[in-house]
Amino acid sequence: MMRFFCILLLSLSVFSSQADVSTSPKANMHETTETPSVVNDALIIQASKKLAASSLRKMPAQVKQFAEIEHPKVRYVLTQLMNGDLYYVKATKQIVTREKDTDGSYKIWHGISKAALPNVKRSALKKVKTNNAIRKSIRGLLAQLDLTSPDKGVRLAAMQELLSKPSDETVTLVKKLSLKEQDEDVLSLMNSVIYVQQLSSADAALQLEAAKALQNSLEPSVKNALEKTLAATDIKNIELRKALETAISKIEQKRSIFSIIENLFFGLSLGSVLLLAAIGLAITFGVMGVINMAHGEMIMLGAYTTYVIQQVFPQWIEYSLFMAIPAAFLVSGFVGILIERGVIRHLKGRPLETLLATFGISLILQQLVRSVFSPLNRQVAAPEWMSGSWQINPIFSLTYNRLYIIVFALMVFVALLLILKKSSLGLHVRAVAQNRDMARSLSIKSDWVDAATFGLGSGIAGIAGVVLSQLTNVGPNLGQAYIIDSFLVVVFGGVGNLWGTLVAAMTLGTVNKFLEPVTGSVLASIIVLVGLVLFIQKRPKGLFPQKGRAAD
Amino acid sequence: MSNKSGSILLDLKNKFNTLHWVVASLFIATFYVTFCNLVFAEGSIFHVSSYTVTLFGKYLCYAMLALAVDLVWGYCGILSLGHGAFFALGGYAMGMYLMRQIGDRGVYGNPELPDFMVFLNWDALPWYWAGSDSVAWMVVMVFVAPAILAFVFGMLAFRSRVSGVYLSIMTQAVTYALMLAFFRNEMGFGGNNGLTDFKEIVGFSLQSESTKLGLFIVTAIALAFAFFVCHFIVNSKMGRVVTAIRDAENRVRFVGYKPENYKVWIFVVSAMIAGVAGALYVPQVGIINPGEFSPLNSIEMVIWVAMGGRGSLYGAIIGAIVVSYAKTRFTAIMPEAWLYGLGGLFVLVTLLLPKGIAGMLPQLKSKFDEKFGKTNNVKTSTPVESK
Repeated sequence: MMRFFCILLLSLSVFSSQADVSTSPKANMHETTETPSVVNDALIIQASKKLAASSLRKMPAQVKQFAEIEHPKVRYVLTQLMNGDLYYVKATKQIVTREKDTDGSYKIWHGISKAALPNVKRSALKKVKTNNAIRKSIRGLLAQLDLTSPDKGVRLAAMQELLSKPSDETVTLVKKLSLKEQDEDVLSLMNSVIYVQQLSSADAALQLEAAKALQNSLEPSVKNALEKTLAATDIKNIELRKALETAISKIEQKRSIFSIIENLFFGLSLGSVLLLAAIGLAITFGVMGVINMAHGEMIMLGAYTTYVIQQVFPQWIEYSLFMAIPAAFLVSGFVGILIERGVIRHLKGRPLETLLATFGISLILQQLVRSVFSPLNRQVAAPEWMSGSWQINPIFSLTYNRLYIIVFALMVFVALLLILKKSSLGLHVRAVAQNRDMARSLSIKSDWVDAATFGLGSGIAGIAGVVLSQLTNVGPNLGQAYIIDSFLVVVFGGVGNLWGTLVAAMTLGTVNKFLEPVTGSVLASIIVLVGLVLFIQKRPKGLFPQKGRAAD
Repeated sequence: MSNKSGSILLDLKNKFNTLHWVVASLFIATFYVTFCNLVFAEGSIFHVSSYTVTLFGKYLCYAMLALAVDLVWGYCGILSLGHGAFFALGGYAMGMYLMRQIGDRGVYGNPELPDFMVFLNWDALPWYWAGSDSVAWMVVMVFVAPAILAFVFGMLAFRSRVSGVYLSIMTQAVTYALMLAFFRNEMGFGGNNGLTDFKEIVGFSLQSESTKLGLFIVTAIALAFAFFVCHFIVNSKMGRVVTAIRDAENRVRFVGYKPENYKVWIFVVSAMIAGVAGALYVPQVGIINPGEFSPLNSIEMVIWVAMGGRGSLYGAIIGAIVVSYAKTRFTAIMPEAWLYGLGGLFVLVTLLLPKGIAGMLPQLKSKFDEKFGKTNNVKTSTPVESK
């Protein structure tokens, strides 16, 4: 058993390190690129002095000149100017930013290097003049600056900004830049910008070409532009109209495909959560035939274990989940074994009584958690590598945490399947489940197997708790929300059938997510519940019933 | 209250049957409470306050609900974890009527629409509120609404021979779904807040002490009647078939009966009793909200019956009253400890007391008889009571 978990952990850690690599460049980009060159330092200081001294009339020209300097601080200075936060010292024409100090004088910082300078009186400072027209032109200049930024992310964002309102001036710039552009993503966006601009040209042939070229773009603003052009096009211009219409319908087709994929993804991620929550139950209920209403509380205990681990090792949040997974397995598994030995063992063959007793245990555990941790919800931090998303195209992205959860749920599923099918424990469990007396007479310790099975099922519920702690707040009622769902998944899939549980969980998750946009989330879960109840009428043994003959 | 009278009367068992002494003890208890409430002035040690009267009224509603659960669980082996739904449906039927009685005394003063609908900008009553201002319709709905749910569910479930734990979980799932549904404002039942701020019932102000007492008496009568009905059913020929289904469903089927029809029938009767309990409960507590549908409530009902002794009607009543009284006491003294207590009760009762209080009493009695011989039979009541 331990070996499987080692494999599990190993593979998880591989995942996390990959995630680290993929996210880190973005975060560091801004810092590393700001290495000012000595030559331009002098230029920018000179230009900044001109900027300070300039009259309002000459200002636009000065600003433009300033923006042309190749210096990493240009953007900063212009932003300050646009926001009206830029001042200069009257005596030296030195541009600064200021903040009122406690004694009434002003703290000032160098306008370019951001170095702190000695405090001055208010009268020594003057605001660098701006007006709305200048602010507007700065905005345009900033966009251009972004277009040439060495950071791909900044360039993409700037290009997207342009896409919604391209002007002739910017398009010429973009055309120029596109010759030098190396990155494919940025390049295709640049082409989109150029074609969007071309759509509004007077030449019908150019328009037609643009419409045809744009049908592969998924940017929302491209679609807007196409629709706008369609509305403005003369009815007689059939060819162009047709081209526009096909472009729009092609885009819409693609979008609907992606929205289906997105729903599918959400559905699968919900399904994996259900799978994790239900799979422990599939063992205790499905294989052992024990109704454990405290199963939800095993999940809750796992979630609280994660919380405790993060509290104990606040410096290791990044690795907390890897510690929490085995810890939660042990905690929940141990409590599960206690329950089995203390209560369930004595109620063998009385399922309804087992149901009641374990329900009582679930109440006690909930209250215990309330007394120990407070009834309030607890926030469990998400490690860095769990956040963020994988942007596949402009309208479609997958969040990492859901992606990992799907993978993790499947790994747990496979591990469990292997335990049951390949290990000796699994062999004993299946033997006891099939025929207890026969198993006993073959010297299998059925008591021990019961306890171990129950511990395994509960431990997996604990692992589900670790996962849930990443998706929702951790509170005493966490488990209750999942217990009914888990039972339904197990019953739907067919009791005693792990594959059935997998299919059922994924089906329920997906159906739920596809219903949600249409009906709203509450109604969706009601529909699913009622649908399931009806399904169980038709097939009381679930999707994949166990074959066999029995009558009482 | 009732459990004491129950055990005192235990040794009269030979002369009275259970029906007689349950009705008698109910009558005595009701008379006692009424008398003490009316005759003794406030401050007297014998005085029973209106608050206590309402509390007892609540317990009697619970007792009735426990009867309903016991009827299906104790006698037919259907462990329903969804009787809270029938209770709440009856309650909502009553709540709708009480809501309409508010008339233009609501915050918005709309004579036609309840406050929450005005708040949601609705301009007409939804179709299912039609007729809710008439008493007769309300009474009909109290019976019919739970009965329809029970019938539809029963037909579906029992026809396809869903039984045992599956059935329990399905009842719970349905209740849960109903809870979610009733939480929605669009349902037209007041959403999260439910129905409340009631003013009067059939012309009597709900704030007045005499109405409270009257409701208590009505509840006691209804409980006695429900007990009579259950007693009759259980002892009828049909009841025997039902008990036989509990013990060996397939054998009953092989003999030629149709178990599913009996099951549906007893399920519907039980749902109606639960609905009446809910209807009587609402005017006494003054509110009905979707919380009544919560699975925990439904399961608490089951523990009343388990505690009192399933398969014994008077046991259900005793269990409901004892557990509810303990809950009131515990939640007042140490609110946090109650869930430990309730949880512990579940575990201990199932492990140590599978037949409940009602199963314990005859055991104690026979032990006592053994010890002192049959001659002392007349004095048996004292030690039993002390337990």
